[in-house]
Amino acid sequence: MLDTLQEGIIVKEYLLGNAAIARGILEAGAGVVTGYPGTPASEIVEAAAYFAKKDDLHVEWSVNEKVAVEVAIGASWTGTRAVAVMKHVGLNVAADPFMTLAYTGVRAGLVVIASDDPFCHSSQNEQDSRRYAQFACIPCLDPADPQEAKDMCIFAFELSEKLELPVLLRPTTRVSHARADVEAGQIEEGRSNPEFLKNPARWVMLPVHARPRHTELLKKQDRVRAALSDVPWNRLVLRGELGIIASGISGLYAEEAIKQLDTDISILRIGTVPPPDELCSEFLRHVTKVMVIEELEPVLEEYVERLARAQNPDLEILGKRSGHIPREGEFDSLTVRNSIAEMFNLPVEEVLSLKEAKEILPPRPPALCPGCSHRATYYAMRKAFGKDAIFPSDIGCYTLAVPMGTIDTCLCMGASITVASGIRFGGEERDICCSIGDSTFLHAGLTGLLNAAYNKARITVAILDNSTTAMTGHQPHPGTGFTVSGEKTKAVSIGALAKALGADFVETVDPYDIDATIESFKRAREFQGLSVVIAKRACVTNARRAGIKRRPFMVNNENCNGCRECVEFGCPAIEFDEDNARINALCSGCGVCAQICPSNAIKVVE
Amino acid sequence: MKTSECDIVVVGVGGQGVILISNIIGKAAMKAGYPVRGAETHGMAQRGGSVISHIRLGCEFGPLVPAGGADILLALEPAESLRYAHYLSEDGIALVNTNPVLPITVTTGQSSYPPLEEILAPLQRICSSVKTLNATKLAAKAGNPQAMNVVMLGALSKYIPLLEDMLIESLSESIPAKFLEVNRRAFALGKGEVE
Repeated sequence: MLDTLQEGIIVKEYLLGNAAIARGILEAGAGVVTGYPGTPASEIVEAAAYFAKKDDLHVEWSVNEKVAVEVAIGASWTGTRAVAVMKHVGLNVAADPFMTLAYTGVRAGLVVIASDDPFCHSSQNEQDSRRYAQFACIPCLDPADPQEAKDMCIFAFELSEKLELPVLLRPTTRVSHARADVEAGQIEEGRSNPEFLKNPARWVMLPVHARPRHTELLKKQDRVRAALSDVPWNRLVLRGELGIIASGISGLYAEEAIKQLDTDISILRIGTVPPPDELCSEFLRHVTKVMVIEELEPVLEEYVERLARAQNPDLEILGKRSGHIPREGEFDSLTVRNSIAEMFNLPVEEVLSLKEAKEILPPRPPALCPGCSHRATYYAMRKAFGKDAIFPSDIGCYTLAVPMGTIDTCLCMGASITVASGIRFGGEERDICCSIGDSTFLHAGLTGLLNAAYNKARITVAILDNSTTAMTGHQPHPGTGFTVSGEKTKAVSIGALAKALGADFVETVDPYDIDATIESFKRAREFQGLSVVIAKRACVTNARRAGIKRRPFMVNNENCNGCRECVEFGCPAIEFDEDNARINALCSGCGVCAQICPSNAIKVVE
Repeated sequence: MKTSECDIVVVGVGGQGVILISNIIGKAAMKAGYPVRGAETHGMAQRGGSVISHIRLGCEFGPLVPAGGADILLALEPAESLRYAHYLSEDGIALVNTNPVLPITVTTGQSSYPPLEEILAPLQRICSSVKTLNATKLAAKAGNPQAMNVVMLGALSKYIPLLEDMLIESLSESIPAKFLEVNRRAFALGKGEVE
């Protein structure tokens, strides 16, 4: 995606927003890039890693987001520009270092990138990371498109150094996963004379140091506002006395709507939190009625309400509080156009609703891939535990197995083992078998397993080890033996970890061997204590990419009695034609259906 | 007032190559000097789910094509053409691959897959023209059923303001050299089908 870029010349490339951000990181001369995969942020670290071998740059997939931010902090305190990248909920994991980092401040520029996901395209919530910046009293930049995201990223490092504060860059899905023609510049050298300078009053947050640092942070707020007062991403066009204030990508939607409606509406576009006081005051004095347009939380709207009390007390403010702008989901130019049209009493454009689309179309939810080992693991789990057992689960591809009846909970990274423990301690007496993927286990499952062992939780933990972080695009992790740039490294044994954390029963099975997996789960269920079953089999997509080919399977119609046992297994490669099952071209040759067929009707294609 | 010269929506099933051809179109448009905006589906839905990609040629606003605004709906799967039909403008054109991919809800017997005529009827009602082709079959004829997306790209080439040379150049940059011949054939077959 960045392979045609060359150093030293300015070229335009059709770049993914995340690749543009990676480009910004490198052009700013960052020396350390950290992060944990998560949609919609994953490609930033991957694109940065592309250059790691050529440049003086450390890029890593960190074990989790808290680790990522802390590693970046160490680099910054050593005088090297650093960035930590994550999805919005990753910032919850990193919130502990993030909040106190605002007190200590930084040396070399430190940027935290948290990509938000309005509409929960691929997330468990749609929290607004701008609130974190407000909470921590640090500046936040809110890009509207890939070019802005790249330019803001470079500016963020400069701003961070100027203020000695971390800066939050907050793209959203429609910036991270947008593509646009982006101007690429020159890549800077990463490090200049790095050295950690001892300074306990800054870097040791004892209460005696933390109190004055908090005072210092609050004093800095005037400088924060001043530094953001004239950035190019806050821009004003004064026309008529009706106005729009819009933040980030909503500003682009509003500009498009204004052009389509051909009105003389005034517009103020905002790309920073906090917004610029003088520009906003000028705007609020000019208009008589204003609509505040931003996705998710009313961050800008609350600011406008506060500012209007001093600048224009009679101003009519439309937004989330007045019910004109939704506080959930994502926008597009049509929803924004209609909101503006309503404000002007112009006709709104109805979205065509085709009754056929609702009536005749079969739903197409995402599903586990044909040959996915998770399906086999869950099948065996159900056989061994029965449908009455409780099945807490976690974040990953395997959450797609909800129709199999083995996903009873999914809350956040690592919450399978801990929620399972709580269900036991809360008084549930039925069998409990929770499931967690390998990458998620290493990210946030270790402490949960340790807690379960220490506090004697009688549960079974299934670790679904497909040797990758599959859902976010097959990133390596500490169990795989490879780094982000493909270099060999230590491969940590999940089985040894489970034993070291205190599990007395640890078995590793191949889920493609269904009988052996069922037997292992049965032994785990009977075990009077904490039992761990590691279902280990490489992700079928990765195996295919590595060139591993298995012969596909077929149904012998003479033996098939149409019992549908294989169909209920739920593999997309198995269909049902009138009386018999049929295996389609999607078959990956895992052979699990052949093992579960009671009539021995499924055979390998010779 | 028009805010984009040509708005295209590419829809299909995760794994069919929706993103690949969207990027080929975007890169070709950039070569032609257009500002381009695009938006893709990544993450969860890519696992065999329904996916949509937006490309706006000659546009400097947001990357999402508004509902009712698409000049072209390029559907790599028939059911998906109806699922996203509301994106089509009244003057829009739908290009539909007629080869179905059964969703898991159908293979497991929870829902049924509607006949092609029932899928296409509402599309024919709401836009100016619906062109159908069995792109999967044509791709197999070209030498690889996986090249179905490029057959559809070839069909699309007749309806967008981009020169074929630029699309082919952008295609060659986006796929491994050993697959180029098959894909060139696939492109030509798709283009021929709508002529």
